[in-house]
Amino acid sequence: MEALMHQLLSGLANGGIYASVALALVMIFQSTHHINFAQGEQGMFSAYVALTLIQAGFPYWTAFLLALGFAFVSGAAIERIIIRPFERAPVLSVVIVFLGLLFVINSLAGWLFTYNVQSFPSPFPAGLGNRFLSAHEIGMVAVTLVTLLLIFLFFRYTSLGLAMRAAAQNPDASRLVGVRVTWMLALGWGLAGAIGAIAAIMAAPIVYIEPNMMGGILLYGFAAALLGGINNPWGAAVGGFIVGVIENLAGAYVVGTELKLSVALIIIIVVLVTRPAGLFGRTIVTRV
Amino acid sequence: MNPILDLRQVSAAYGQSQVIHGLNLAVAEGGITTLLGANGAGKTTILRAICNMRVRVSGEVKFAGRRIDGWQTEDIVRLGVGHVPDGRGTFVQLSVEENLLLGAYTRRDRAAVARDFERVYGYFPRLKERAAQQAGTLSGGEQQMLAIARALMLRPRLLLLDEPSFGLAPLVVQEIFQILRRINEEDSVSLLLVEQNANLALDLATDVYLLETGRVVMNGPPSVVSNDASVRRAYLGY
Repeated sequence: MEALMHQLLSGLANGGIYASVALALVMIFQSTHHINFAQGEQGMFSAYVALTLIQAGFPYWTAFLLALGFAFVSGAAIERIIIRPFERAPVLSVVIVFLGLLFVINSLAGWLFTYNVQSFPSPFPAGLGNRFLSAHEIGMVAVTLVTLLLIFLFFRYTSLGLAMRAAAQNPDASRLVGVRVTWMLALGWGLAGAIGAIAAIMAAPIVYIEPNMMGGILLYGFAAALLGGINNPWGAAVGGFIVGVIENLAGAYVVGTELKLSVALIIIIVVLVTRPAGLFGRTIVTRV
Repeated sequence: MNPILDLRQVSAAYGQSQVIHGLNLAVAEGGITTLLGANGAGKTTILRAICNMRVRVSGEVKFAGRRIDGWQTEDIVRLGVGHVPDGRGTFVQLSVEENLLLGAYTRRDRAAVARDFERVYGYFPRLKERAAQQAGTLSGGEQQMLAIARALMLRPRLLLLDEPSFGLAPLVVQEIFQILRRINEEDSVSLLLVEQNANLALDLATDVYLLETGRVVMNGPPSVVSNDASVRRAYLGY
C-alpha cells in the first residue's frame, strides 16, 4: 500500500512537468494549428542558460528568472524570424521547419555545453521531503501549480490575455478591434517558451541535464496534450498529471521501467483511435 | 463640408482578379452613405479595401484628411474606424461581455469605457441580459446587435456596416435600423452602409452610391436615386 502511494504521488509530481510541456504545446497549437516539436529543446537550452548562470555564481532563483526571460525572448524571436515566413506554407513544410529547429537547438546545446551528462541543483531544502515524496518533487509540484495558476489568471483576467485568446480564435475580427495579431502570436510563443523552460529546469535535477534530456518528456507532453484535448489548455494540464500517474504505475506494476516510454505511445494511439478530441476537448465539426 | 472618408481612384483585387476599378467615393462627416448593388458588385470589397484587410489596394484612401492607404488594419481601426464585417466577426467562444471588452481594447480611459458599456446596453438591453453568455449561443439578431455594440465600444468616428439586415427577421431589422439612426444622430457617428435591402437603405441614407461590377454607376441623394426608373425596376420592385 505504501509503495502504491509512493508511485501515485511521485507520478503526480512528474505529471506536473508533463502538464507544463503540454500547456506550452497547446498554447502554440491553438493560435497556429501546429505542434512545436522543438518545444522540449527550447526548454533544455534555457535550462543550460540557468545552469551556466548558477555556475557563474548567481543565486538559484535569480538564474531561474533570467533563464525564463531568455526563454521568453528567444521563443518570441523564433516565431518572428523563423516561423513567420512559413505562415502560409503547407503543413509538411512547417513540420520540417520544426524538426530542423529541434536538431539545430540540440546540436547548438551539444556544441556549447558538451554532451556530457551533468547534475543540476535543486533549490528546495531537503527538510521539505517526507516518506512519500522527495523535497524536489514537492517543490516541483508547487512550482507547477503556481505556474498554472498565474497563466490562468493572466488569460482570464487581463486585457492582454483576452486579446491573445481573441487573436487565436479569430485573427481577422481581432484586427478589426485593433489587436496587433502578429505580436500576440510572438507573445504566445514567448510565454510557451517560458513555460517549457520551467518544465525543463524542474525536470533537470531528476533526469540530469544533457542535450537529449527532453526527448522522453516531450513525448509524454504530447500524450498529455492529446489525452486532455489539444484545443483545451486546462484539459492538457490535467492530462499531464494523469499521464504522470499512468506512467509511474505502469512502470512499477505492468511493463517495467525499461519500457515506460512505450506507455506514452500507447496513450497517444488509444486516444487518437477512441477519442481524438481528448477527455476535455471539443470536437470540431466543419461543414463542407 | 469636409468628407470624413474620401476614396480617390481606388482599385482592389484578390490575387489576380480585380474587383474594384478606379472608384471615387466620399462619406460626409455626420452623414449616412449607402452602397447599393447586386451580389458580386464589390460592396464588401470596398469596406475591406478601406480597412486594408485581405485585399490588395491601390489608389488614395483618406480618413479625416489623412492618407491611410497602405496602413495596417489595426492602425486604421485605432484612428476610429469601426467595422461590422460580413459574418459579423463575433468571437463565438467568448462571452458577450468579453466581446465588448475587446471592442474597447485600444482604449485606456477605464471610466469612459464603463460609461460606454451602459450606453450600448441602453441601445441593446438584450445584450445586458446575456452579458455572461457565450456569444456563439446568441440568436442571429442578437449577434448582429453584439457586432454593432462591439464596434461602438471603440468610440468610432466612422462605422462601416456590411449588410446588417442579412438573414434577420423584418422586425429585428427595423429595430437595428432605428438604432443605427440614433447612433448617427446622438453620437454623431458617420455611417457607411452596405445593404441589399434597398427600401431600408434609401430610407436611412443621406447619400447613395449604386455599384455595378466594381464601378459607380450612379451617385446622389436618395430622393434622386429612388426616382430613377432603372433603380426602381432592379432594386425596389415597382
